[in-house]
Amino acid sequence: MLLLRLLLKNCLRHRLRSLLTLVGLVVAISAFGLLRTLVDAWYAGVEASASTRLVTRNAISLTFTLPLSYAERIRGVAGVSGLSWANWFGGVYITERNFFPQFAVDPESYLALYPEYGLADDQKQAFLRDRQGAIVGRKLADKFGWKVGDQIPLRGTIYPGTWTFPLRGIYDGAEPSTDEQQMFFHWKYLRESARKRAGPGSSDTVGVFIVGIDDASEAAAISQRIDALFRNSLAETLTETEKAFQLSFVSMSEAILVAIEAVSLIIIVIIMAVMANTMAMTARERLAEYATLRVLGFTPAFVSRLLIAESLLIAIAGGLAGVAATFPLAALVGRATGTLFAVFQVSHLTVGLQLLAALVIGGVASAWPAWRISRLDIVSGLRQVA
Amino acid sequence: MNAGRNLAAAAPLIRIRALSRAYRRGTQTIPVLQGVDLDVQRAEFIALMGPSGSGKSTLLNLIAGIDKPDGGRIEIAGVDIAQLGEGELADWRAAHVGFIFQFYNLLPVLSAAENVELPLLLAPLTRRERHEHVASALAMVRLTDRADHYPNELSGGQQQRVAIARALVTDPQLIVADEPTGDLDRVTGAEILALLGDLHRRLGKTIVMVTHDPKAAACAERLVHLEKGVLVDGPAAGGH
Amino acid sequence: MRAVPLSYVARNLRVRRVTAALTALGMALVVYVFATVLMMSEGIRVTLVATGQPDNVVVLRKGAGAEINSVISREQAAIVASLPGIATDALGRRLASSEPVALNNLPKRGSGKPSNVTVRGTSEIGLELRPQVRLTSGRMFRVGTSEIVAGRSIAEGFAGVGLGETLRFAGREWTVVGVLDGGGSGFDSEIWGDAEQMMQAFRRRAFSTIVFRLADESGFERMRALIDADPRLGVEAKPEIRFYAEQSEALATFISILGTVLSVIFSIGAIVGAMITMFAAVAQRVAEIGTLRAIGFRRGAVLVAFLAEALLLSLAGGVVGLAAASLMQVVSVSTTNFQTFSELAFRFTMTPSIAAQTLAFALLMGLAGGFIPAWRAARLSIVDCLRQA
Repeated sequence: MLLLRLLLKNCLRHRLRSLLTLVGLVVAISAFGLLRTLVDAWYAGVEASASTRLVTRNAISLTFTLPLSYAERIRGVAGVSGLSWANWFGGVYITERNFFPQFAVDPESYLALYPEYGLADDQKQAFLRDRQGAIVGRKLADKFGWKVGDQIPLRGTIYPGTWTFPLRGIYDGAEPSTDEQQMFFHWKYLRESARKRAGPGSSDTVGVFIVGIDDASEAAAISQRIDALFRNSLAETLTETEKAFQLSFVSMSEAILVAIEAVSLIIIVIIMAVMANTMAMTARERLAEYATLRVLGFTPAFVSRLLIAESLLIAIAGGLAGVAATFPLAALVGRATGTLFAVFQVSHLTVGLQLLAALVIGGVASAWPAWRISRLDIVSGLRQVA
Repeated sequence: MNAGRNLAAAAPLIRIRALSRAYRRGTQTIPVLQGVDLDVQRAEFIALMGPSGSGKSTLLNLIAGIDKPDGGRIEIAGVDIAQLGEGELADWRAAHVGFIFQFYNLLPVLSAAENVELPLLLAPLTRRERHEHVASALAMVRLTDRADHYPNELSGGQQQRVAIARALVTDPQLIVADEPTGDLDRVTGAEILALLGDLHRRLGKTIVMVTHDPKAAACAERLVHLEKGVLVDGPAAGGH
Repeated sequence: MRAVPLSYVARNLRVRRVTAALTALGMALVVYVFATVLMMSEGIRVTLVATGQPDNVVVLRKGAGAEINSVISREQAAIVASLPGIATDALGRRLASSEPVALNNLPKRGSGKPSNVTVRGTSEIGLELRPQVRLTSGRMFRVGTSEIVAGRSIAEGFAGVGLGETLRFAGREWTVVGVLDGGGSGFDSEIWGDAEQMMQAFRRRAFSTIVFRLADESGFERMRALIDADPRLGVEAKPEIRFYAEQSEALATFISILGTVLSVIFSIGAIVGAMITMFAAVAQRVAEIGTLRAIGFRRGAVLVAFLAEALLLSLAGGVVGLAAASLMQVVSVSTTNFQTFSELAFRFTMTPSIAAQTLAFALLMGLAGGFIPAWRAARLSIVDCLRQA
């Protein structure tokens, strides 16, 4: 009890210094948490992917399409239980800043493969009936203030011209990780309009096939079977799990992600230096006190522990405050970045790592001064009085 | 039995033989103590005097076990403390010595009672027992009513009395004091000296005190003079 | 007003070595992040500016934005290539190149992670249009063959694209017969082959882009008016430099915004560190301050002395951070430009302007951290100071 009081009171001795150190810690720990959350947000698509869905695309790259005629042949592959397809539309809503993904899909089969997009029955029926209709995720609708029945104009980049879609439904994600910032409309509408514009010669092509399977452990074998089917054909395919597909997008920005992760560690080192400075100053000022404790019979290890405990106490306080600050900040950043990230949520792992970082900061910061005072010569320590 | 006890009583509490200590400053070695021999009897009150640089504080620090000699023996109650390791020495100090400093050396963040309680944390005592010891130590220095005050709320003399209470709360045989009146005015200094004399007479504590103040030295039973690291015979003090 | 000598200021920092070093280290790290981010944005900018030639014009389908989204039919390409105002070379050929551009998903060397590489079908004319591109090893691809040449960073960074290796895509085996040095331009991150061969392999009936050189550098507006006026075209023309600058805008902006926000947040940590150090410096030297004042130095001189100490500290941190950041110039980074969706290699680029901005940022941190403690030091009364002595 007495020692705890001694510890607490020592922490509060230089209020200004402790307060400043605490501010630094809160900034560092919350920045660390935010950066980790940012990286997590990048991987959100990977997290949300199902292991029972495969994606088949053109082997060259995503910008190349596949003929719709492949659909029947893929359906016939052993182990395939469902099939749908999607085209990336790449439209712009008013300005490029409002980026969000739009896909032309085969509605019925697509929604069957993605049960996590929860759509009210009447809205679903309305969407299926209206060949020009579209549905969007809840977050996207909230962001632009769209209501069912609104007309959404998009300027095409891949498919030229201005396209207008009446909004027929708004879906809610079943999981927190479900992307609620996408737009879906009828693939048939895209094909018909594209035909009208480009002339009847253009064939029916799709961007990717989404393949539903029942047994996730069969994914590799089924992928191989599908790709074998089209080897040496006009358009070779590459089939991978949805997770690998999503991951390939993330890995393209890997350099940036690595940079962000490196930077999130730098802030920890920065605050480590700041805190080590605080603890070194504290130790230096208290040399005489530590020497006195030694005279009273306390061991060098005890005196060092006193300093380490003080450092840890401040670090944990800062860590807890930093974690507490992370949540409102993440909400703020999530809102500010708008549709850029599907999900922007602080994970449990992040909170754990934040607290761990705080402990490491407190420990490392006090290591050197603690070692110094443990080696302190009592007589010279006492000489520091006044 | 009886003879044994007498023998033990007759043996000095502190037996110092051929004690030497030097400091290195760069390549130079400056001898501070050069072959000091000294016996201090149980329940004796001695004053170490000498000009500054004579080695009196070094001798005191060696007796208190906070410094290590380069050569010689310091036997205290039969234990050669020069041979103890760092940890053993710390335990030994906690059990056997009370130290009184010139500048009191109280922890400013703790109250008077808490400062006195500090050394008891090293003894196997319950919280209740500790508080009883603290209360009686504070009573002895007549500061019971100031128990909850912080050092900066106390006068110099009161702070030194808290320090004395801290020195005797573990009931050590030996109390060492380094210029205990050095930072105090004449009247307060006299009070502190009276208190030390009291401890010596009423509790039979062995006290070793460094001072340069002849008035303070006069309270002691015996005066030991140091000059340039060696003992010189001085006149016996006339305490009684 | 007499000032406290700078040597006093500097000596005080030296006396408190550990504290000064730790504080400067914190600042150095912030400065490092700040400078690195600026260097990264600059590197991207420099790379894409180097890609464009001042008298070249890029033609894409209206609204396409990027080469891979663009479709230009052979008829349209023929019309554009025959427009008046296009330069000719020594042999009298019109300097206009119609090129198919595709993204090819290739695995990186080492990690095996796939990334999109730009594959460009071009011709002799296309090479003439880009004088910054040089062959560093091997030879150029031959017309009418499945030979390709790879940009320097692609040859280094992707599996199977080294000199003499063969690469399989679009149903064919392609042999890498040469390595290009794009002179730090975006072409370092491309694979080039014969335009007609590429179109056959990719089963394209249309080009993606037309690049031509103006006979007269100032003739761009006239040329654009011609192109816009032709109802058969539906394309838009842009000076090549501006086109590539726009391609990098989103990535450079993203990096600089993220980096600036981070630097500002991080600087709070460093400023706090400087404040702690300077408050302690003031507290430790109260008696000295009193003495200085008693001797006759004014409050202002004390304020300046402590501010100078903080600024010196931050300058030291700034110089160390800047030095560490400039070491990054040897590092080449490759990432996906999310506007073109393809791989782009660039270097961290240090410029005098970045160095100046970085040092200014460091000094600003010192000022922010040092002002309040210095102010407090200056406000102390002489009597209080001396009493504490």
